[in-house]
Order: sequence, then C-alpha cells, then structure tokens
Amino acid sequence: MLDDRQLKEIKKLAIRIKIGVIDELEEVGSGHLGGSLSAADPLAVLYGAVMKYDPKNPKWEERDKFVLSKGHCGPALYATLAIKGFFPYEELKTLNKPHTNLPSHVDKNKTPGVDMTTGSLGQGASTAVGMALGEKLRGKNTRVFLMTGDGEIDEGQVWEAAMFAAAKGLNNLCWMVDFNKKQLDGTIKDILDTGDLEAKFSAFGFDAVTVKGDDYAALYEVFMKRSDKPVAVILDTIKGRGIKEVEETPDNHSMTVSHESAARWRDELKAALSAIEGDK
Amino acid sequence: MDIIYNGEKDTKIFKDVISSTIQKLVAEDENVIYLDADLMSCINTLKWGRQHRDRAIDCGIAESNMAGVAAGLAAVGFRPIIHSFGCFASRRCFDQVFLSGGYAKNDMTIIGSDAGVCAAMNGGTHMPFEDMALMRTIPDATVVDISDNVLMEDVFPKLVYRSGVKYMRTARKESIKLYAPGTVFEIGKGNVLRDGTDVTIVACGIMVAKGMEAAQRLSQEGISAAVIDMFTVKPIDAELIEKYAAKTGAVVCAENHSVNGGLTEAVARTLIESRPVPMEHVAVDERFGQVGPQSFLEEEYGLTAEHIYECAKRAVSRK
Repeated sequence: MLDDRQLKEIKKLAIRIKIGVIDELEEVGSGHLGGSLSAADPLAVLYGAVMKYDPKNPKWEERDKFVLSKGHCGPALYATLAIKGFFPYEELKTLNKPHTNLPSHVDKNKTPGVDMTTGSLGQGASTAVGMALGEKLRGKNTRVFLMTGDGEIDEGQVWEAAMFAAAKGLNNLCWMVDFNKKQLDGTIKDILDTGDLEAKFSAFGFDAVTVKGDDYAALYEVFMKRSDKPVAVILDTIKGRGIKEVEETPDNHSMTVSHESAARWRDELKAALSAIEGDK
Repeated sequence: MDIIYNGEKDTKIFKDVISSTIQKLVAEDENVIYLDADLMSCINTLKWGRQHRDRAIDCGIAESNMAGVAAGLAAVGFRPIIHSFGCFASRRCFDQVFLSGGYAKNDMTIIGSDAGVCAAMNGGTHMPFEDMALMRTIPDATVVDISDNVLMEDVFPKLVYRSGVKYMRTARKESIKLYAPGTVFEIGKGNVLRDGTDVTIVACGIMVAKGMEAAQRLSQEGISAAVIDMFTVKPIDAELIEKYAAKTGAVVCAENHSVNGGLTEAVARTLIESRPVPMEHVAVDERFGQVGPQSFLEEEYGLTAEHIYECAKRAVSRK
C-alpha cells in the first residue's frame, strides 16, 4: 500500500506529466491532447511506484517493460521519461520537429526508455504479448505493462493478442485499456460500442478489474497484483483529465494548443500542484 | 559451384528440409524460436513442436498476432522464425511485418510456403503471386525464392542470422535437383548455373529448373543461353545482371509470381538504369490464382520451360 507521502509524490508526478504534455504540444501548436492527459495518471503510478527501470541504463535487461500501444499519446510517455531522467526535459520541445527523437507516435529506436515502437493501432498489443512470452520463457521476474486505447479495441488484432496472452498463461502481463469513452470521430458508444470491457477481458481469460483512472492508490494495488492469469485493468478515465476546458471540449482527441491556451492550462495545473504541495 | 542438374527430382522434399533446419537452429541456439499459425503439420514440425512447446509456439490461426508476437520476442532478444502459407505470411500480416517488424527493427524470418502455383489444390485464395512484391517494399528486407533443397539448407540459417525482415518463399513438396550437397551460397549473389553468350535467363524458385530445361533446348538450336538462379530477389545482384546483360545482350526473367513487383521488375529496374537490353518475361500477368494440379496451373499461367524457350528466342530476335 502506498503511504501518504508516496501518494502525494504520484499526484504531483501526474500533474508534472500533464504540464510536460502542454509544454510539448504548445511548441508544435497542436497534438493528441485528450488521450495524453487521460494516460498521464496511470503513467504516474507506473513510473512513480510500480515499474523497475534505470534511466541511466534504459536497456537494462531486468527492467519492467511498458508498451504504449496507443502510440499517438507519445507526449504523455515522453514527459514521464523526461521527468524521470531518461533524457533532458528541454528535449520535450523538439516533439515532431525534423530529426527529433520524439516523434508523434512512439519509437523505441529513437527515444531512450521507449520499449516498443507503435502507431498502427492494435500492433502494440501483440508485441507486448510477445515480450511477455519471451520474458516468461527465460524465467525472468519482470513484467510487461501494456496500455491500449478504447478506440483501439476496435482492431481485431487486439483480441487475437488477448486470446493468445490468456491461452499461454502470460501472468507477467498487465494490460490497461484507457477507457476514456472517445475516439477520433466521436464517442465510443456512437462509433463502435465496445460494450462491457471488463466482462470481455474476463471472458477472454484475464483477471479483469475496472479502476478510476485517477484513483492512484487503487491503481497501485491493481498494478502490483499478481495472478495466475494475465491482468486486465480497465482504466475508467476522462479524456483531457486535469484541465477543465479540455475535459469539456467534445472533440478533444487532437486539439490546437495556442500559446494563450497553453499558458492558461499550465496555470491551472500549476495551481493544482501548489495545492498538493501546500497540503501538509 | 557444383551444378548437378540433370532434370531429375530430388529425393528430399522442401518441407522436410524446413523442418530439420528449424529443429537444428533451435537446438543450437537458445535464442531461436519458431512460431506457426496452425500449419505445423504442413511443414512436418508438429510432432517435434509438441515435444518442444517452449520453442515451437503454435499461435493458432492468427497471423497478424503471430507477426506481432515475433516482433515482441525479437525486442527481448530472440530470433523468431514464423511460418504460414505465403498468402497469409505476407498479405494477412503485412502491416504487422512492415511496422512491428521492419520499421521497429524487430528482426524476424518469415517462411511463406506454397509459393505461387505450388498452392495447387488449395486454389486461388491460397495462391500468392504478390508476396514478393509486398515484401520487397519493406526497406532493408531480404526476399528469397528457394529453388533447391541444398540452397535452402545453406541459406535458411543465414537468413535467421541476418538483420531486418527476411522473407523466404518456397514450395513444400518436390523439386528438381540443382546443386551438389554442401554447396555454399551468398545471400544477395546470383548463381550462374550455366554460362552462355546469346541470352540470359534470370529465374528464381521453381522456374530455375525450367530455365535449365529451356537452355538445353535453345542450345540444340545453336542459341547459347546463360541461366542464373537469382534466389535473392532483394537485394538483387545488380552487378551480375549488368555483367550478363553486357555479355549476352538479351534477358528473360522467369518467376512463379506476378509480373508486378517481383523478379522481373527488380531486374528491369536494374537494367533500365544501367544497360537496357531486350527483355522478356515469364510471370503471371494481372490474374488471380485458381485451383488445380500444379502441372495444369503451370500451363495455365505460362510458367513452363516452353514459355521460357519462346521468350528467349523472341528476346534474341529483338537484339
């Protein structure tokens, strides 16, 4: 269980990741804001308290692996990795610029700390499953954390990977679905209703639970949970979480980020950060 | 290079060589792992695979996931070999092979069996005339079309230890003997099976033996035909093609594949940029596959020694 101090650090990390996302997107003027913000909270728990890794040795073989299958939310992962010391924070401002190490969709051959290249939705799921299989065959005590989007769940490959993971007993795999209820063209319900994701993953042979995306203490518990089955965590999130104006924007999958709005949003996040710091 | 071609069939069949090579590679290197999509029975790996379940992973009928799992295994240090019929090993999982494999630099060796008309009784749905074309578009990929068991025994392990996406297309059943046992090959270098001065037949896969047969007929009519086994379709051996275009002044390409994007186009691009000469092709033109015995299909799509012979005469007459 996380103590109060740890919990506070994770809350702060989550906000700092979100500020990092704004810093990145402001520089290019637009980007995948909504999904990056909803992913930031679980990322803070994973990189703040759960995963084993070494920023000085990103390829350390005994590290836990993280696969961001919703690869377009790279900005959230980049901010996390920069804050954790994988590369200088200033580099976040190079997002999507020519010859950057931070492309819109994550690339393991470019960014220290990125464990898998993704972008074509659904593919990260199979690669994470392959990594989990490999680590298990080698008898390693490592884990693979996979985050897919909820729109991504439309891809058939996702379900091939889910069936495989359960059938092969990959209990070193923790599969998150960022259930923020929206995809590019609109709501999940309107476009292709995923139905009950927890029930679906359970039926596929996972130990499946649903957790509020910003309930850090509960996230920690489910991430640390070990089972004889692969674990599925349906992250009940809000797209754009943490910035009221973004949360309330219906089409917030990809948004324009002007200097003015970036300044406003950063102020909101910094105020939240101060509130936590001031809260003895 | 010791060529033993005499038109006779080999006593070995491809699927046994695929199977024994996989078993050998897996036994020798703990990093080599083999994945299949419910077609182990078709390349005789099933019995062994069931006794080595941690090294022979049956992924079920899910080629896209299999390619992705292979990419993930590569990312944690394995050298995966995946197999399916060529149609599924290319078309069905192309995006996965392209991105999770090639783009992400997760090296994998792909066996696409039942190349072209070798799919025979499985028919048009299972008959890949486009697999090499697809795989050739992946930057730094290696694309090989197997003509002979001795070639496969030597080249398959070399593919496994080469970087990038490696695609090996092959028949599963019988073949005509070409090479003496123990022959050593170099990926990316064509093999001159027969020298000649009037025309060069550049072939791959099952068309190589037919090229040899055509060359024999041509020689009876005083036409001296060189025959090259261009088993590596990518990277193509441009130097050898240019050398033989200069030497013979005419080229015939022969492939058990669509004319779009396969050997013919690879050779044509090489020549158009360096030394254009009259060129003819024996390949599948704008058609889908269909069901039937392989001999019928070879006639139907014009993939015969007779067609190579005709093309060679035409190419020579255009000089």
